[in-house]
Amino acid sequence: MSDLLFYMALSLTLLSTGGFIVYIVIKEHERVFLLSWIALSAGFVFHTLFLADRYYFLGVAPVITLKSSLSFFAWCITGTYLFFHARYRLRVLGSFVAPLAAIMMIISAVIPGTEITVNPILRSAWFIVHVATIFIGHGFFAITFTSAVMYLIQERRIKKKTLGSFYKRLPSLETLDSINHHSIIYGFPFLTVGMIAGSIYAQYALGSYWRWDPKEVWTLITWMAYAMLLHERLAVGWRGRRAAMMSIICFFILIFTFIGGSLWLNSYHTFKNLGAGAGL
Amino acid sequence: MTMIIDIGMNHISAPVELRECFANDDLKTLTAFSCMRESDVVKEGIFISTCNRVETIITTEYPEEARRAVISMFSKIGGISDGKFLSNLYVFEDMDAVIHLFRVASSLDSMVLGEPQILGQIKDAYHRASIIEKSTGVILNRLMHRAFHAAKRVRTETGISESAVSVSYAAVELAKKIFYGLEGKKVLLIGAGEMAELAARHLIGQGVATLFVANRSFNKAVQVADLFKGRAILFEEIGHYLVETDIVITSTGAKEYIVSYDIIKRSIRGRRNRPLFFIDIAVPRDVDPEVNKLPNIYVYDIDDLINIVQENSAQRKDEAIKAERIVQEEAIRFERWLKTLEVVPTIIELKERTEALRRAEMERSLPSLNKLTEQQLQAVEALTISIVEKIINDPILMLKSKADRQGRDNYLDVTRKLFNLDMENQKRSCYGQRQAVGKDS
Repeated sequence: MSDLLFYMALSLTLLSTGGFIVYIVIKEHERVFLLSWIALSAGFVFHTLFLADRYYFLGVAPVITLKSSLSFFAWCITGTYLFFHARYRLRVLGSFVAPLAAIMMIISAVIPGTEITVNPILRSAWFIVHVATIFIGHGFFAITFTSAVMYLIQERRIKKKTLGSFYKRLPSLETLDSINHHSIIYGFPFLTVGMIAGSIYAQYALGSYWRWDPKEVWTLITWMAYAMLLHERLAVGWRGRRAAMMSIICFFILIFTFIGGSLWLNSYHTFKNLGAGAGL
Repeated sequence: MTMIIDIGMNHISAPVELRECFANDDLKTLTAFSCMRESDVVKEGIFISTCNRVETIITTEYPEEARRAVISMFSKIGGISDGKFLSNLYVFEDMDAVIHLFRVASSLDSMVLGEPQILGQIKDAYHRASIIEKSTGVILNRLMHRAFHAAKRVRTETGISESAVSVSYAAVELAKKIFYGLEGKKVLLIGAGEMAELAARHLIGQGVATLFVANRSFNKAVQVADLFKGRAILFEEIGHYLVETDIVITSTGAKEYIVSYDIIKRSIRGRRNRPLFFIDIAVPRDVDPEVNKLPNIYVYDIDDLINIVQENSAQRKDEAIKAERIVQEEAIRFERWLKTLEVVPTIIELKERTEALRRAEMERSLPSLNKLTEQQLQAVEALTISIVEKIINDPILMLKSKADRQGRDNYLDVTRKLFNLDMENQKRSCYGQRQAVGKDS
């Protein structure tokens, strides 16, 4: 049942990705966009059902393996895109976001799922708040990242004066910069709340707020990187290319923290430890 | 035989750096005309210089020498050796030159297909040549009028200038890719000119909030500002206003850069990195191209605007084909006229020759006619004139009708031989009429 929901979500996201790529590369057509958007939204609904089902089954937020957390990440990215589209009506952003979500879902699908025993310590409201807010923050930062990439492409076209069909379809620089700006403004509080929730949860579960765990440290570094970017934007007036570059660097740090912190770094945040509950 | 030659360079054949050397400048135009006048092989000449092209149209009997004269004129105007621009020059002769000129006037050779300014610029150039310099003659006068006619037909019979995406329109499109919307943006117009004002008008149509106008002459600035309900500012205030504007249109006739790298670099902090878009319509350029390297600053000069325009050119291609047809048609008509022109010398010589013969015969017969009264003499005079005219009337009509046909040269040749138009001296001396010819020719 849950597999079926996931594969429905995956195939709809792939369909939407295809549609969005056709939309940006071959033909800017109203119908193509509408089809892609409906597919993505439907995929999102199935994905939500899948996550609800997993939550019901496991009794904890379905993020305790790399497989499930990538899937949750993809869900957050799609969710934030749909939110941004409702606000900015930016069709072409989907052409960048849908593939990102699809790739994460594909990786999630090919990673072998292992039967896991859930550590009872994870059955806590703070854990849900911790994970959900962090991931929603990640979703926003994924939008920051994609808008930054789009900005750099568009900016290069305009600076080098080699305008092509891409140039026509990409939104204006100011629009992309504004999405970049707003997605950080939305994402940053989520990340902050997620970290605070995590540390409160750690106090309950492990008896201390901060344990210098590698993932904790890297998350703090990520947080500081975004804090710096936000500060430069708000106080110094950074914008455009420099802000876009910085937000791409920030996103790479974030991905490193997410993947590296979960897999290689010797941390109680690793999925192995989460699953076995050994570190906790 | 007279040949029409067009030598020049345009936005395709030469980069803006090179065109700048020959740019629209009164002194350079003067030099051009004086060079053409000094050359004894150039019969008629027109010099056209706009932002996007430099053209010299001449008529000559000696194409090789004339071409050399024009090239040396170019190097004198531009102050550069001919090696530096020879490869950027195009040379059209006779009908190719006619078609080229018609295409230029009809704006088919323009950077922005169908843009209307070029016709006015060519009319100005013609006015300068024909009225002030008096350097045009029968052929160029006719040629230019036919060019204006062709351009007018192209404009009214095709949709080429309706859908004409001008440089200014292209600039607005570009501004929309930099800014979220143009509502509430501030525009600074430096210098005045038709194209700059057109761009300003487009921008206002898109909801631009404020327009500042700067000009070397404050008077002119106020005038333009009033036209657009903008605000005139002093030229010295530009630096100050650069901090708050979003779009700057420059089109001054200045030789130096008006907007330097340093002035913009200093303003970035005050602008809090807000994007700034320069539309530099001037040739020579007003904005240092280095400025484009600064973050969030975008500089487009007139050449750069081609690219954007060409994106929209597909729709106008059908109209362009129609326009090309009109140009061909008009060129053929002109060619027909030109060929009539080629039979004219023979007709004139024929008339002169027969008239000379008539007078000579009259003079010879005068001693035996001296008994006639003054009235009778006049009647004989009229009679001989009438006979001569009747005799050559049909040959002349024949020549005129063959003017643009094949075999025309044959007819000309036969006529000249039959009436002995080319070997007058030797043969006429046989008739002992040298004196009469000398008197009449």
